[in-house]
Order: sequence, then structure tokens, then C-alpha cells
Amino acid sequence: MAAEKKMTDVQIELMVSVLLRAGVLISAAVVFVGGTLFLLGHGSETINVSKFVGQPSIDRRIPEILEGALSGRARSIIQLGILLLILTPVARVVLSIIGFAAEKDSKYVVVTVIVLAVLLYSLIGGAVS
Amino acid sequence: MTNAEFAPIVLMASMVAGFVGSLTGLGGGVIVTPVLTLFLGVDLHYAIGASLVSVIATSSGAAAAYVRDGYSSVRVGMFLEIATTIGAIFGAFLGAHIPTATLSVLFGIILLQSAWQASREHHVDKTSLPDDSIAEKLQLNGAYPTQDGLEHYKVHRVKTGFALMFGAGTVSGLLGIGSGSLKVIAMDQAMQIPFKVSTATSNFMIGVTAAASASLYLSRGYVDPAVAFPVMLGVLAGSLLGARLLARLPVPLLRRGFAVVVGIIAFEMIYNGLKGRL
Repeated sequence: MAAEKKMTDVQIELMVSVLLRAGVLISAAVVFVGGTLFLLGHGSETINVSKFVGQPSIDRRIPEILEGALSGRARSIIQLGILLLILTPVARVVLSIIGFAAEKDSKYVVVTVIVLAVLLYSLIGGAVS
Repeated sequence: MTNAEFAPIVLMASMVAGFVGSLTGLGGGVIVTPVLTLFLGVDLHYAIGASLVSVIATSSGAAAAYVRDGYSSVRVGMFLEIATTIGAIFGAFLGAHIPTATLSVLFGIILLQSAWQASREHHVDKTSLPDDSIAEKLQLNGAYPTQDGLEHYKVHRVKTGFALMFGAGTVSGLLGIGSGSLKVIAMDQAMQIPFKVSTATSNFMIGVTAAASASLYLSRGYVDPAVAFPVMLGVLAGSLLGARLLARLPVPLLRRGFAVVVGIIAFEMIYNGLKGRL
């Protein structure tokens, strides 16, 4: 029993490790592509970030970010990469739930589901506002 | 300044910040924000949004390695993440209502605290505490690999640790930093978890904590893609480089040197905040 439990632990930890690396790599690649396109298209424009005005909804709301990125808009592609980066830890939490469920550790399934709920609250709050 | 001029400058500055952050253990976020605001005139809100994004990138990269080494405690981390994520959301809400000048002063104070903690020798008075019944119930007690095989440890003062973690999460969400040093204090000092386990677990928690507040920052328009992209890529590259060179550089000497620089920057942030200039 103990050895079996350890095995699942190790497998899950390995998967978590791969997931985290892949998530960072993919999102960095997307941000890089978006950033390069942005500089090619808007490099000569003056940047104004000395005063906070807030981003337009196209660069804030998740559905609009996806739509913009699909149409090849550079700023949206950067935001999509950032969104993928934010989703990386979320995916890790989901993986942990699967791990604890496989170990039949119901206490920690509950703990991890609470963490996921908090993360989703903040993500979905972002999708609707 | 045009975008084509701004991006390379920010990229280089962020690389340096990521490099210093990884060598000192302070993390890139806490260094890149003052660099952006003090030297490049970026609004503190945009700087915090961009830095928060870079925090997720660097901590996820580092956590991948820590998880493999077997130092981090998934149970301790996951349980305390309830506190840090709720704290992070609270912090993100607070951030929207606190004036920039006050935020700058708070940032300087936290920066001073982290620099001080990073520069001194690590020591903890391990007092013998009675076993914590919550730690037993939640199976938080664990073991980690040492040269002489597995070393078992017990977790104490779970309630205090949980409360401190809420505070660490709030600071992280408010200032857009990983607040790794506060997390380590909560685990290492309050909960009496071995230092190696504390630092590894803290790293494991930073990404999840930052993700909770980052989605709110994104949806509220604090993440400007023109600022965030060079910051994220720069800090990530710099911290990877730092981690690679860590073994070959005179780290204790560098740490002391950087602590002085970071201290000066912290006073700059406080001064600027008090003057209401930022």
C-alpha cells in the first residue's frame, strides 16, 4: 500500500514538473511572437505608460482576447500568452486534484478543490466584468 | 519614446532584474517594479501588473525543478494556498483603492524587509513545541531527503502559519510580487518547517498565489501588453541565467552587494511615495 502510494506521488510530481515547464515555454513563445509582431507593426508609435488609464476591453476580457488573437492582432496575441501563463498554475492544481483522488485522499481533494474554486472565481470574474 | 525604443530597454532592465532576483533569492518581481517606475517612468500600476506576470513565469520554472527534487511538501503547499489565494484576491481589490503614493511607500517597506532577510545568515530558534492536532489531522508532517536518508519533521502552529499566509497572499496581490520571503517566514519561523522544505514549498506556492491575483489584474486593465511582454521575457531569461550561473559565482559576496543596492532602491521608493511623485 505504502509503496503503491509513493508510486502515484512520484508520477504526479513528474507530470506536474513537465506541465509547469511546458506551460511556461508555450506561453513565453506566444508572448514572443505577439511581441515581435507588435514591434513590427507599431514600433514607431509613441508609448504612453507614465499615467495609468487602464486597458480597453479588447485587452482585458478573455473572450475578446481570444477573438483578437485569432484574427492575428499583435496585442491580443501577447495577452493570450499571458492568459496561458496564468492558466499554467491552474492546470497544476487540477492535476493535483487528480493525484489526490487517485490516492483516495478525500481530505486533500477537498482542500485542492477549494484552491481551484478560488482561482476560477478570479478567472471567471475576469471573463464577465 | 517609441515602442521600438522602449521594448529593448525594458527587456535589458528586466533581464538584469531577473538575474539579480534569482541570485539573491528575492525574486525578479520585487526588483523589476522599482526599476520600471524609478528609472523608466512607468506608472506603478502597469509595473505591478507586468511584474506579477513575470512572477508566475519564474516561479513555475523554478517549481518544476523543486518538485522533482522532493523537497517541497505538496500537502503543506496546497493547504496554505487556500490562505494565499484568498489573500491575493483581497490584495488585488485593495490595490485598486490605495493611492499610488501609499502603494509606493508600502512597496519600499516590503523591499527593505526582503533585502534584510536575504542578506543575513539564516538561523531559527527551534523551540520544542507540543504537537499540533491540525497538522496531525491534515497529515502535514512529512519527510525530506538529506545525505543521511529521509529526515522526518513535524509541522507546528498551523493556525498562525495559515493567518500569516493570508497576509503573504495579500502583499503579493497588492504589490504584484511573489512575497517568497514572507512565505518562508511563515513556514520556517512560525510553523517550524525545515528551511529547505520551506523555501521549496514557498516557490511551489508563488505561482498559484500570483495566478489568483493576475487574472484580476488582467481583467481590470492593469496588464499593458506593450510593458508586459518585454518584462515577462526579460525577467524569465535573466532568472534562468542566474539559476545556471548560481554555482559558479561568488554568491555570498554578490548577495551582500546587491542587498545594499536593493536597500537604496527601497528608500527611493519610500521617498518618492512620500513626495507623492509616483
